[in-house]
Amino acid sequence: MWLKWWEKISENSWKIQHHYFQYIGSKRVAKAWWRKLLIAWVLGWTVVSLWIFCYMRLQVTEKRKETLASMCDERARMLQDQFNVSMNHIQAMSIMISTFHHGKNPSAIDQRTFARYTERTAFERPITSGVAYAVRVLHSEREQFEKQQGWTIKRMDTLEQNPVHEDDYAPEALEPSPIREEYAPVIFAQDTISHVVSLDVLSGKEDRENVLRARSSGKGVLTAPFRLVKTNRLGVILTFAVYKTDLSSNVTPKERIQATDGYLGGVFDIESLVEKLLQQLASKQTILVNVYDTTDHSHPISMYGSNVSDDGLQHVSTLNFGDPIRKHEMHCRFKQKPPWPWLAITTSVGILVIALLVGYIFHATVNRIAKVEDDYHQMMELKKRAEAADVAKSQFLATVSHEIRTPMNGVLGMLDMLMDTVLDVTQQDYVGTAQASGKALVSLINEVLDQAKIQSGRLELEAMRFDLRAILDDVLSLFSGKSQEKGVELAVYISDQVPEMLIGDPGRFRQIITNLMGNSMKFTEKGHIFVTVHLVEEVIGSIDVETESSSKNTLSGFPVADRRRSWEGFKTFSREGSTCPLSLSSSDLINLIVSVEDTGVGIPLEAHSRVFTPFMQVGPSISRTHGGTGIGLSISKCLVGLMSGEIGFVSIPKIGSTFTFTAVFTNGCSNPNEYKSQQIDNKSNPASSEFQGMTALVVDHRPVRAKVSRYHIQRLGAHVEVVSDLNQVLPYISGGKTVTNMILVEQEIWDRDSGISALFTNNLKNFDRGIPPKLFLLANSIGSSRTNAATSSVYTPLIITKPLRTSMLAASLQRAMGVENKGNPRNGELPGLSLCNLLLGRKILIVDDNNVNLKVAAGALKKYGADVVCADSGKKAISLLKPPHQFDACFMDVQMPEMDGFEATRNIRCMEHSINNWIQHGELSVEAYANISNWHVPILAMTADVIQATHEESLKCGMDGYVSKPFEAQQLYREVSRFL
Amino acid sequence: MDKNHLQRQLEMKRSLLDQGYLDEQFIQLEELEDGDNPNFVEETVTTFYANSARLLQNIEQALGSRPIDFTALDNCMHQFKSSSTSIGATRVKKECTLFMEYCEAANAEGCIRTFRQVKQEHASLKTKLENYFKLARQGGTSAGGHAGRS
Repeated sequence: MWLKWWEKISENSWKIQHHYFQYIGSKRVAKAWWRKLLIAWVLGWTVVSLWIFCYMRLQVTEKRKETLASMCDERARMLQDQFNVSMNHIQAMSIMISTFHHGKNPSAIDQRTFARYTERTAFERPITSGVAYAVRVLHSEREQFEKQQGWTIKRMDTLEQNPVHEDDYAPEALEPSPIREEYAPVIFAQDTISHVVSLDVLSGKEDRENVLRARSSGKGVLTAPFRLVKTNRLGVILTFAVYKTDLSSNVTPKERIQATDGYLGGVFDIESLVEKLLQQLASKQTILVNVYDTTDHSHPISMYGSNVSDDGLQHVSTLNFGDPIRKHEMHCRFKQKPPWPWLAITTSVGILVIALLVGYIFHATVNRIAKVEDDYHQMMELKKRAEAADVAKSQFLATVSHEIRTPMNGVLGMLDMLMDTVLDVTQQDYVGTAQASGKALVSLINEVLDQAKIQSGRLELEAMRFDLRAILDDVLSLFSGKSQEKGVELAVYISDQVPEMLIGDPGRFRQIITNLMGNSMKFTEKGHIFVTVHLVEEVIGSIDVETESSSKNTLSGFPVADRRRSWEGFKTFSREGSTCPLSLSSSDLINLIVSVEDTGVGIPLEAHSRVFTPFMQVGPSISRTHGGTGIGLSISKCLVGLMSGEIGFVSIPKIGSTFTFTAVFTNGCSNPNEYKSQQIDNKSNPASSEFQGMTALVVDHRPVRAKVSRYHIQRLGAHVEVVSDLNQVLPYISGGKTVTNMILVEQEIWDRDSGISALFTNNLKNFDRGIPPKLFLLANSIGSSRTNAATSSVYTPLIITKPLRTSMLAASLQRAMGVENKGNPRNGELPGLSLCNLLLGRKILIVDDNNVNLKVAAGALKKYGADVVCADSGKKAISLLKPPHQFDACFMDVQMPEMDGFEATRNIRCMEHSINNWIQHGELSVEAYANISNWHVPILAMTADVIQATHEESLKCGMDGYVSKPFEAQQLYREVSRFL
Repeated sequence: MDKNHLQRQLEMKRSLLDQGYLDEQFIQLEELEDGDNPNFVEETVTTFYANSARLLQNIEQALGSRPIDFTALDNCMHQFKSSSTSIGATRVKKECTLFMEYCEAANAEGCIRTFRQVKQEHASLKTKLENYFKLARQGGTSAGGHAGRS
């Protein structure tokens, strides 16, 4: 049974779990469901424990009942047996009387004999208190009988009514029996009841009935229990009739009455009988016995036992004393109340307690889960709020920064204007300072705006073609002034394997480089800052080769932090080397690794962990001494992340830091049809041809620096050789097969020994093989080179100030070599100028329903020299752009009544598509369409709200880009340059 | 005399910018002026006023009709705002933005109230610009071009 319960419990719990998981989603439902389940569980187990209690109690009671029944039955049987023994003996005595009293004449028995016999055989009848014999006397025989006996027959009923005590019992006082038909006076009696001699038994009510019944039935007959005359105890009288003759078993009662001679009666003392019996048995104390005569069912007569009415458990056994008319019963009861059913109570209580405990555990669990869930939801809510607050903060920052920019632009503009007015020197100075501060403020705001944009996830990278080398040259020139001022050597080296053109966001790339270099510049007082750009594959492949950049062999000779350690944590490198290059080479992606190495103060070890945390600087003193907000690196990190790269650094205090980052770009050289625009970006290209075929000799004992010089000169198209010493130069020139056009000597070597330098110049001057090569000095800073120029007055070499930049180098060389400068645009050219070049003579259609906007846009484009045609609706635009047409581009307003820009573009694209198809299938001649077989006019959306959704939609409907209204030269240039 | 004019014109422009009537877009417009296109700004502004008179009338009608068609109102106002932005009329633009917000919320009362503001700003700007151009014409040269470039 326990096992079954256990199964049930475990099944239940499983079910609960199952249900729980099912409902975990809907919390409210689960909660209500749980409550119900818990109540059901508790109620169910209460019922179960009650049932167990009842069941066990019932079992105990049943067992008790059984015990009682068996005890009761045992007693009844014994009582019956003893009674029967006595009865049999009395019956035997009746036969004796019939034989010796009536069978012999004269009688062989008299009172004394009878008394003595009965006395001595009393042990045979342990429960009879006495035996008496009454003879049948007819009225006619009375007188003779009385005479013969010597006493009169006395009546018995008076005695019955007034029972007397033995002591004052006087037979003489009894009345003589009244006249009747027949009498039955007692003639013999045992001594114990000798007082009944001469009493007429027929006159007693009970006795008479008994006698009459006994003689007609011929069996032993019992009276109802009554108080015995003398002892006053409850007893019954057993009566046997004595017949004259032996009667057969089938005689009628009448014949029996006729044959009756007398009656033998035995007095049974039931009370003492039962008492004796019970004393013989063990465990007498445990039960109470009552014996009843139940001949009359409605009034049972108690024969033995206390008359305690108790409705407790009792058992009834029937007694058969041989008289069919009389019925007797034995009622047994336990003396004590049934003991408390402790086992049942403890069992059921125990089960209930366990169930409650389990219920409590469930309850607690559910509550706990609910609480945890609530907490979780609360946390989520809080998290959401915190995130929202963060976004709001970022947005606020972005908005505020943006809003600040507008008035700042006003301030700066006004300062500009103010500078154009007539001012004295002091005023000029003030205005200049104000303007510089304003510009610093704007750049700071821009940084904050960037940070905010990154944090709110709104920063998007552009994808445009750019020349990495040009950008680095730009950045270099930005820092060149400062580096010369400080005497720090600045150099850039870009691996040959890096493609000329890349597609990506040049502005952001430049921002990262500028930031890293700016930091390096800030913290470096001597030595060098060295930027290297490689392909990641290159670095992975040649890690061993790179060991040349050991601490001694550096750009300026100062020890540096090993840059390889800066990318130790990069995932790109931790991946298996074999899979990485494969995945990269399979696509057009260019994985660049850029290192910025400096010999500055380094970053203290304890600050390493928060280098990329926004607004965290090494210490408060840093911002005092070096300025800055401390968000540059964090922005750089985000930008690098946007370029799907990684950034890391290594820094040794007092030696220097190296920052390395990777970035992924697309190869820009793969689409030659878009090569047009390269011309604008790649400003160094025109210069390169002029130096084609020339040979340059670099004299430098530092291989790293020589590599940089070689890189820059090679970019110009010249062939480069490197020697490490001045003494090797002359042998090389004279021994070499090719003509050396120029010699570039590192200033360090030049200054090392002025004697050698002087000698060298002399030798060079006297060099007689053809044109003597031009001598250049690669100088670090303007100041130092000047002093040296004075000492070596004999043959003053031309000084090229580092940092080396291709454009600057080209210009210097051109000047010296006399190669004509064809006036290619300078490095920091305004986009407006290029725009002019770009748009000059182009035919452009502007579509806008608003004629004010139309006018403004047209004015802007005309300014750049474009030939502008206006249309004020989408429909007009469609008709104008129906091929063949002369338009080079179309600027389309997005929001127009009737037909908006998107729809118009869709229509135009559809039209172009069908015409292209016809041309391809030869249904239309190409000649009719200006020999263009693939019509696709660049359409640029003009929108006031430059949001991502608009951008995407514009691309979806076939537009090629978008420009914001009002036009901004930079953006206009960027967009237009992609198509024209 | 010329210099004096120029000075006054500059001052006036600055006050217009300072008071927020105009923004840098106007300066950019002036930058577009050159020899080929001497009266570009004035022409543009004239077009703007011709254009806006029609639009304002449309809006007035739309506001007068019941029930108010807020979509149409929004379209009209968008046009008006767009052209205001183009000439750099910041104040007008701001009111327009407010108006469009009310439009979105279908708040007729707010629309009417803001429209009054729009008209007021529009009118006051008109006066100020007229004065400005008058000054510029008196100067005889397209002073705006110089100012813009500086």
